[in-house]
Amino acid sequence: MSPDPSARPVTVALAGQPNVGKSTVFNRLTGLNQHVGNWPGKTVEQKTGELVHNGTAIRLVDLPGTYGLTANSEEERIARDYVLRERPDVVVAIVNAAALERNLYLVAELLALPSPVVIGLNMMDVAASHGVRVEPEVLEAALKLPVVPLVAARNQGIDGLIDAALRVAADPAAFAPTRPEMRPAHRPILAAIAAHLEAVLPPPYPTSWAALKLLEGDTEIAALVRERAPEAWKEVHALLLQHEDAYLDIAGGRYEWIARMVRAAVARPRAGAVTVTDRIDRVATHPLWGLGLLLAVLAGVFWLTYTAAAPLVALLGRLIGGSLAGAARDTLSSGPPWFARFVADGLIGGAGMVLSFLPILVFFFALMGILEDVGYLARMAFVMDRFMHRIGLHGKSSLPLFLGFGCNIPAVLGTRIIEDRRARLLTLLLAPLVPCTARLAVVTFLAPAFFGELATWVMVGLVSLNMVVLVVVGVTLNRLAFRGAKTAFIMEMPLYHAPNFRTIGLFVWNNLTSFLKKASTVIVLVSALVWALAQWPGPGMQHSALAAVGRALAPVGAWLGLGDWRFIVALLTSFVAKENTIATLGVLFNAGEGGASLARQVAAALPPSAALAFLVIQVLFVPCVATVAVTKQEAGWRWALAGVLLLLTVSLGLGVVAFQLASRL
Amino acid sequence: MLKPLSDLGSGEHGIVRELQGGRRLAARLAGLGLTPGAAVAVMHNYGRGPITVAVMHTRVAIGLGQAARVMVETREGEA
Repeated sequence: MSPDPSARPVTVALAGQPNVGKSTVFNRLTGLNQHVGNWPGKTVEQKTGELVHNGTAIRLVDLPGTYGLTANSEEERIARDYVLRERPDVVVAIVNAAALERNLYLVAELLALPSPVVIGLNMMDVAASHGVRVEPEVLEAALKLPVVPLVAARNQGIDGLIDAALRVAADPAAFAPTRPEMRPAHRPILAAIAAHLEAVLPPPYPTSWAALKLLEGDTEIAALVRERAPEAWKEVHALLLQHEDAYLDIAGGRYEWIARMVRAAVARPRAGAVTVTDRIDRVATHPLWGLGLLLAVLAGVFWLTYTAAAPLVALLGRLIGGSLAGAARDTLSSGPPWFARFVADGLIGGAGMVLSFLPILVFFFALMGILEDVGYLARMAFVMDRFMHRIGLHGKSSLPLFLGFGCNIPAVLGTRIIEDRRARLLTLLLAPLVPCTARLAVVTFLAPAFFGELATWVMVGLVSLNMVVLVVVGVTLNRLAFRGAKTAFIMEMPLYHAPNFRTIGLFVWNNLTSFLKKASTVIVLVSALVWALAQWPGPGMQHSALAAVGRALAPVGAWLGLGDWRFIVALLTSFVAKENTIATLGVLFNAGEGGASLARQVAAALPPSAALAFLVIQVLFVPCVATVAVTKQEAGWRWALAGVLLLLTVSLGLGVVAFQLASRL
Repeated sequence: MLKPLSDLGSGEHGIVRELQGGRRLAARLAGLGLTPGAAVAVMHNYGRGPITVAVMHTRVAIGLGQAARVMVETREGEA
């Protein structure tokens, strides 16, 4: 059935604590019909999707996973502001049946907001396997709102959930749930604060809700009242100071409500059995075995990524660089000769070659997605916590850094999981020191060209160098620039579970499409520009504008053994995108000389010591322009520039050291 | 007897009674189930690095520094 085109789509917001299978539900409902973007003006990822259910068009908005709705983190602010401002027709809260009490805390918070709520009681199978019996009808009767049992991983109950959501959305006036209340001791004070807020609080904030949040120490609402109504704030502030302990009664009131709601609905076995998760964690979170396991997992990820991807990369390279470029030359041979060369050498030789790195990205993100989905990443943060403390960070910082091996952009964006600003900035500065797949792909291509049999060792050495530099820079920055309080490490350790390949597939897909977007825009433009600058004004590349720039920088290059201007230009263009190193070398070497394979030509152009220096600079060079842009967006110009200068100094410095040492060997 | 959660060894348990360290930390901990009245059991405490606790049928890792601010009542003679 197709939807009635005149009807406004029903907006459904999907809420839930982390690790409840919320993204599985979202992916089940939207499939590839989803858009990944950012929340307006924020850097938190926003997923929206459309679906049609029994003829009704639905717009599904995935709220960030949060434990509560106090303004403790960007995610919590976004989730509650969305519900308050956009007033979705219904909020669907996904809860984990195996940990119902804790999960209902977010529901208690959601019920204080204006939109009606429907509960998706997910992971019924996990609960059953733990001997936990949950009766949805009993819970529904207690809460007085729809509760739909689900096993999202096996696509059970999701249709029923949407049916229930649409029923509630169609008749919001009938929504009258059992709401949590504050403990009696502080109720008068809540009313007093609400009275002060009456008529001074701007929409969309309900006064009783804002009063509750103020008592919970919500800094955002406090700032809002202070700014909008300084007079009222004085009175309110005095009341808040007198009742600093009220927050315990609020949280306590919510948990008492939860206990009442679940009392008849949940039956648990007397003694907590030792679960599979506990057994695995005896190893995975052990100070020694956990570290061993972590190193083995990381080594496995890289080994799998590069051994599995290497033949595919080579195949794609041959197809694109050989067959496709040849076909383009043949097809375009009737047109102007410069155009055929532009397409074959400029576009296909440049941007096209970059596409051959796709398999590396696919394998890396697939493996990352599996580790995340089975629940191992949280253990990694746990094990890394001890070491991250040495550089003034905690375990959570290791997650964005690890993501940086895929691409630095998600790493920079991923730093938002770090609550403390100081720790976040330090992680932001360190993230580009993690070699991304683009840089590793360049090295994967060049190391065998330069060093033949020794290539693997050179690559291992370069990645180790990155890690050593990261630690040294981290320790130094922490001592010099970031002296300050230690940050809090608090993190849920989810139950291990079998990976859901749909979720992982979509994770890979979303990362891949953003890479393809980059490849089809920035990298194509740079390839075209490099090709044009390498031809103009001519005659021949030796007299091009690009050669002039490269030669102007020759004195710097001499320190590094890079007498050949083409390598300097390759480095410069890598600022736009790391893959451009290969794209540029492809254009610069093939355009003039043609014929022989790029690898052989490149190897012949540099002595080994200079080749080593080139690779060292390549893996440590300034972050790509997209990374700089997101850093600026996250932390401002000052930090983005600091990051660029930091890496410029480090990469050139170590490049010189590498060349001088290697040429003396 | 009240003592900091960080002092409990692996396998020991108690009831959360007080949270020291302000509203912000308390709000974060409340969302994870660590709130006055909650039963908590230490899964692993190796004396360094974060500890893992079982609370409200979930497992939470918490840094020793934060765990030191969660005051827990343990029963005498009960490990």
